[in-house]
Amino acid sequence: MSTIDVRLVEVTKVFGQDVAVDHVNLEVLDGEFFSLLGPSGCGKTTTLRMIGGFEEPTSGLIELNGEDVTWLPPYRRNVNTVFQNYALFPHLTIFENVAFGLRRRKVKGAEIKARVAQMLQLVELRGFDQRKPGQISGGQAQRVALARALINRPAVLLLDEPLGALDLKLRKQMQLELKRIQQEVGITFIYVTHDQDEAMTMSDRIAVMNRGRYEQLGRPEELYERPTTRFVAGFLGVCNLLPGHVDGTADAYALVALDDSTKLRLPLAQVSGSTDVEVGVRPEKVRLLELTDDVPAGANVLRGRVKQTSYTGVSTLYVIERSNGQTFTVYEQNLERAAANSLWRPGEEVAMTWSPDDTFAVRGASTASTADAASGSPSVNETAAS
Amino acid sequence: MVASAAPNHIQKPRGHLGRRLVRSVDRWILPLYAFVAVLYLAIPVLVMIAFSFNDPTGRSNLTWKAFSINAWLDPLGKPGLAQAVTTSISIAVLSTIIATILGLLIGLALVRHAFRGRGIVNLLIFLPMSTPEIVLGVSLLTLFIASTQWSFVPKGTFFPLSFTTILIAHVMFNISYVVVTIRARLQGFPRHLEEAAADLGANEWTTFWRVTFPLILPGVIAAALLAFSLSIDDYVITEFTSGQTQTFPIFIFGSQLRGIPVQVNVIGTIIFVSAVLFVVISTLLQRRQRLDPVEAEEE
Repeated sequence: MSTIDVRLVEVTKVFGQDVAVDHVNLEVLDGEFFSLLGPSGCGKTTTLRMIGGFEEPTSGLIELNGEDVTWLPPYRRNVNTVFQNYALFPHLTIFENVAFGLRRRKVKGAEIKARVAQMLQLVELRGFDQRKPGQISGGQAQRVALARALINRPAVLLLDEPLGALDLKLRKQMQLELKRIQQEVGITFIYVTHDQDEAMTMSDRIAVMNRGRYEQLGRPEELYERPTTRFVAGFLGVCNLLPGHVDGTADAYALVALDDSTKLRLPLAQVSGSTDVEVGVRPEKVRLLELTDDVPAGANVLRGRVKQTSYTGVSTLYVIERSNGQTFTVYEQNLERAAANSLWRPGEEVAMTWSPDDTFAVRGASTASTADAASGSPSVNETAAS
Repeated sequence: MVASAAPNHIQKPRGHLGRRLVRSVDRWILPLYAFVAVLYLAIPVLVMIAFSFNDPTGRSNLTWKAFSINAWLDPLGKPGLAQAVTTSISIAVLSTIIATILGLLIGLALVRHAFRGRGIVNLLIFLPMSTPEIVLGVSLLTLFIASTQWSFVPKGTFFPLSFTTILIAHVMFNISYVVVTIRARLQGFPRHLEEAAADLGANEWTTFWRVTFPLILPGVIAAALLAFSLSIDDYVITEFTSGQTQTFPIFIFGSQLRGIPVQVNVIGTIIFVSAVLFVVISTLLQRRQRLDPVEAEEE
């Protein structure tokens, strides 16, 4: 599990004036489900295409299993790709599509037959072998594309937004299916997507990319619970961010003073070295209390007035406005209050409280590379994807 | 009973003059017009076919005398006719093969590669199509004669005019049509299919023969059929570049003065029927245009 399958060293790709991929260093481990997550134009597809051999890096090194493949054509790399639009050969049957890779390697007819049958079974498409790609549905085409790639037993499977063309329900189903197949075959998957739910559902690790670089790399829960940049915090879900500056420590926690000199606690490791930070907390970590209620010892507390209440079934979404105009989003599970028909109503004063351990800090907005990251505006066109 | 009263109010208004007019145009006038138009196009051919069964008394096959299949039993039974037909077919086949291969390569280069001078080539390729045939014919004749003055051209290569010079001329004008036809096909070609082939271990050569060529084959066949039909009936350019060699069109033109033999109608009919078959085949092939099963939006 710990051997490195794919290594990118200082990989850069420039298209004309645009830097699509900017000095990326990555190590993907053997057997891992690794995702490149980011908005359109962030360089994730270009990175994938360089690993597949469809683009040559402007500079840098790409290694597969320790072998330098930077300049090898796709057909001499032990990787296979599931393309965004499947790229099934329309003139060949499903059987011949899946057998294509084996035929190129001069595998014997009997073995091809057995392996194709086995693959079609893995993707649950038995009996489709004599159909043409034009005669199957999008979801089925997706499975054929997967079978066609996996049958070659590649060291790494590259998947370029493979579920993008499917409808939501089918996509959810295929996510689980992909994860099952990945665990069954034990091949390293590198998965490109702009859908954070999809990445979090399936991945062992995720690199969140923005403007040709990845801003943070880690397990889904690390990225969600402790994002280190504004962009990552915003891309992986809703979050509340408050600007402030580090102001001492207390009980092994760092203290951050907000603009109105309210102090919040957060783990020391979160603020290492920086002074100006933005303090963040996810909406579902926050509890709402009456102003008169007891606040748990050591918890962070902010006051505010309920501005908006939206009941969504599973939870209720509140927008809370602080006295200085900052707004906070809070999700509350519909437990006692919903049953008692006493959801917070707009205008009520509340205390928002959450544990210091659920608090994180992201680099201040002054950092050039993340200045407008929250809006996700792409500064680099992903030319290669078209 | 509100429900039963309603239909009276929403009944379709009848007898509106404009609408009736539109309906009668759709039902009667358009089909009639189409029939007349097709008839207009087909009458000369039908007359030609009919007269291939004629038994003329004199030399000229212009007045109907009696039904006969003599000409059909001996379609090449006139002096020089067999030779002319053979020459025409040989030139058509050879020029089609050469022009299709060259045109395919030019088309691939123009669509796939950005090279210096591509814009000019793209433009020049239309030249033989847009230049009047008579001008092309004269230019070629001038060139072939002029070449006798050039020391690096071996004597007798292009002059006297021969089978070779006709072939060169036909290849030249055919290339344009082939390139234009194949280029259209290549421009819509989904490149990711070639990437997929490479991804699955096929090198450039295998990718071309296993993926690219099978998918553009309908375009290649359409181009070849077009080239063949352009070559076999060409008169003007051939007239300037043939010298003593006779092709089928030149034979007909020459025999016009002496009276066109019935056999010409027979061969004309055969060519017409083959052409119709070609068109049917190529239409069927073009129906397989749709290359990609899924038109996914790309990022």
